[in-house]
Amino acid sequence: MANKPKTSARRDRGRRHPLATVALIMVGLLGTGGAYALFTTSASAETSTAAEAQVEDGSKLFAANCATCHGMNLQGTTQAPSLIGVGAAAVDFQVGTGRIPLAATGPQAEEKPVQFTQEQVAALAAYVASMGPGPGIPSEEYLGGEGDAAVGAELFRINCAMCHNVAGAGGALTEGKFAPPLGGVSATHIYEAMITGPQNMPVFNDANISPEDKANIITYLKYLDETPSVGGFGLGDLGPVSEGLFIWIFGLGAIVAITIWLTAKSN
Amino acid sequence: MSTTTDERPTTTVEPSRGQRFTGWAANYVDERTSISGLVKELGRKIFPDHWSFMLGEVALYSFIVILLSGTFMTFFFQASMVPVLYDGSYVPLKGIEMSAAMASTLDLSFDIRGGLLMRQVHHWAALLFVASIGLHMLRIFFTGAFRKPREINWLIGFVLFVLAMAEGFTGYSLPDDLLSGNGLRIIDGLIKGVPIVGTWISYLLFGGEFPGEDVVGRFYTLHILLLPAILVAALGVHMLLLIINKHTQFAGPGRTNDNVVGVPIMPVFAAKAGGFFFIIFGVIVLIASLFQINPIWTYGPYDPSPVSAGTQPDWYIGFADGALRLVPPGWELELGPYTLSLNVFIPTLVLVLFLAVVALYPFVEAWITGDKREHHIADRPRNAPTRTAIGAAGVTFYAMLWAAASSDLIATHFRLTIEGVIHACQFLLIVGPIIAYVVTKRVCLALQKKDREIALHGYESGRIVRLPGGEYIEVHEQLDEYERWKLVSYEDYKPLMLRPNAQGKITAGERLRSRASSWFFEDRIAPVTKTEIEKSHGDH
Repeated sequence: MANKPKTSARRDRGRRHPLATVALIMVGLLGTGGAYALFTTSASAETSTAAEAQVEDGSKLFAANCATCHGMNLQGTTQAPSLIGVGAAAVDFQVGTGRIPLAATGPQAEEKPVQFTQEQVAALAAYVASMGPGPGIPSEEYLGGEGDAAVGAELFRINCAMCHNVAGAGGALTEGKFAPPLGGVSATHIYEAMITGPQNMPVFNDANISPEDKANIITYLKYLDETPSVGGFGLGDLGPVSEGLFIWIFGLGAIVAITIWLTAKSN
Repeated sequence: MSTTTDERPTTTVEPSRGQRFTGWAANYVDERTSISGLVKELGRKIFPDHWSFMLGEVALYSFIVILLSGTFMTFFFQASMVPVLYDGSYVPLKGIEMSAAMASTLDLSFDIRGGLLMRQVHHWAALLFVASIGLHMLRIFFTGAFRKPREINWLIGFVLFVLAMAEGFTGYSLPDDLLSGNGLRIIDGLIKGVPIVGTWISYLLFGGEFPGEDVVGRFYTLHILLLPAILVAALGVHMLLLIINKHTQFAGPGRTNDNVVGVPIMPVFAAKAGGFFFIIFGVIVLIASLFQINPIWTYGPYDPSPVSAGTQPDWYIGFADGALRLVPPGWELELGPYTLSLNVFIPTLVLVLFLAVVALYPFVEAWITGDKREHHIADRPRNAPTRTAIGAAGVTFYAMLWAAASSDLIATHFRLTIEGVIHACQFLLIVGPIIAYVVTKRVCLALQKKDREIALHGYESGRIVRLPGGEYIEVHEQLDEYERWKLVSYEDYKPLMLRPNAQGKITAGERLRSRASSWFFEDRIAPVTKTEIEKSHGDH
């Protein structure tokens, strides 16, 4: 709950990209152009023009920000994979969580402050989607968290817990890669991660886990997010390791302090 | 108060009604049980005051807390693996099939008043129990309190430690949740890794192929009946020997090998200990009420297919988990149709060997030193450099196994690669103890030298004095007799001489012993003698 406003605030504040001014002028120009078009065309063409404008917009953004690594035609280079057919969902996830553009090469792209505004992300997604069919942005009906948490929890344990930990606390993968913690991740991004398989994550397509079951998993993760830990402070949900460290350092530490106090000679 | 002072002049020796009753009751009991002798003996048992002497008590009191909270839980827990559909308060498990054991543990956590607190008290107390046993053992080891006549009590204490781990593990397995099931699967693997008999033992334990439907019931019997019974019996003997052997004490003025200086158990110590029990109880309940432990509802019911990331046993089994994680790949041997899983069997052997060394160390040291005297004065760790160094090496070895058990969490939290963490642990498992041994031994010798220096020449006072001749000196303050006593009173061992036995022969055993003895005592700092002190007084 608490994370939501924070994320959006962070997005709004996002450090301005050097090309943001250019993009802004572009948006302005296109807006004017679009408005002109709006007056001159029929209603059905209106939406398609708006979509085209968005794709056009995305194309410019792509050329300015992404093409260095992914190639002018999305064909990919030695630095980055081809984006033909990855779909809007992949772009929305990778760019929308700040993983892309990469800050540095490393074991995997890490979450960081988002570099683009929501409109820019949408434009990029639309552009990439226009270049080849792929998984789209999930529809709202699966994201509300109204599914069955019990089914979701079971699916989560079977399909997700081996990397993300049973409490969604994250876990280690090979060679410095890791499955990130899932607390506070938006429903859209969870859904998109499942259908696109970002970084080292496998793809869970609709034949594997149906959209309804994806909604169930999202419901369970929302439940974990929104329900405070039942037995007190959760110690990071890391299980016996943090419990063991706690009892040695704080439990036994406190007790040793007490024994020293009890046997201290009065001054 | 005022009434008693009023009455005092009139009532000379007439006991009050309460006193009369106490006297009568005590007499009644004593005439039928002759308990007064025991009370007299016990009541005069002396406890020297030192914080580290209370660690065993911590273990004892946390065990009592475990017994109390455990008894509460037996009223509600169903040790059965019969599948049921959960229909309790926890929404994300509603309608899920699970064993009755898991369902009843969930009910205990969510639907029975005080149940969750009792579960958490029980589990935290269990962690504290084993941890305090561990610290208690380290205290005994590093002060040499295991030497004659206490070797047997060390052995019993060791048995208690192993029993505590077994109690912990069986308890951890009872809720039949995903985490405990995975832990049990590892144990199953360890058993199956034993050549030839492994599979048979596993089938015997689980009543068929893992997980079967028997293991929770069987572990329940072990956990609440057999193991506690043995534990309580061993605990009784442990305490009895503690009374018979008397308590060790640190060297000090008036404290000799033949006496014990401290507080008698009655009445002050008993009151203090009683209070201490409640403090321990309080600390455990405080922790249990504030910090969640083993949230089985998040783990979900056991199902052999899912294994969560970050699956670890409770800390005291961690060293076994770590040992398995550190085995390099490819340790398997194929003999015809059979595969010998050395990757599982060797770590098991290493663990057994490690525990055997811990258990038998007092006997090994006694043999090496050839020391048959009784010891009631606890050593300061620095005054037995080789033993302390061996202890440090052992602790390092254990710590590396322990760290390896959390290799994945170390990797994610310190942004390392898991392979790097494993390789570092593998390297340090072998090299770490050697480094720890050498460093500790040198540090001990250096501390002994420092003690010797202080005993002979006092400590630097920081007061610079200019002598009439213009020379500056720093005045060294002498220690008082009490402080010096602590520094100089320790025993001086020398390596054993290789001597022929009665038949005039030097046996191979003796040769080995002499070599071990010279390894043990070769580097040593002799304690300051009285003549040295007297001589040194003239210097300053």
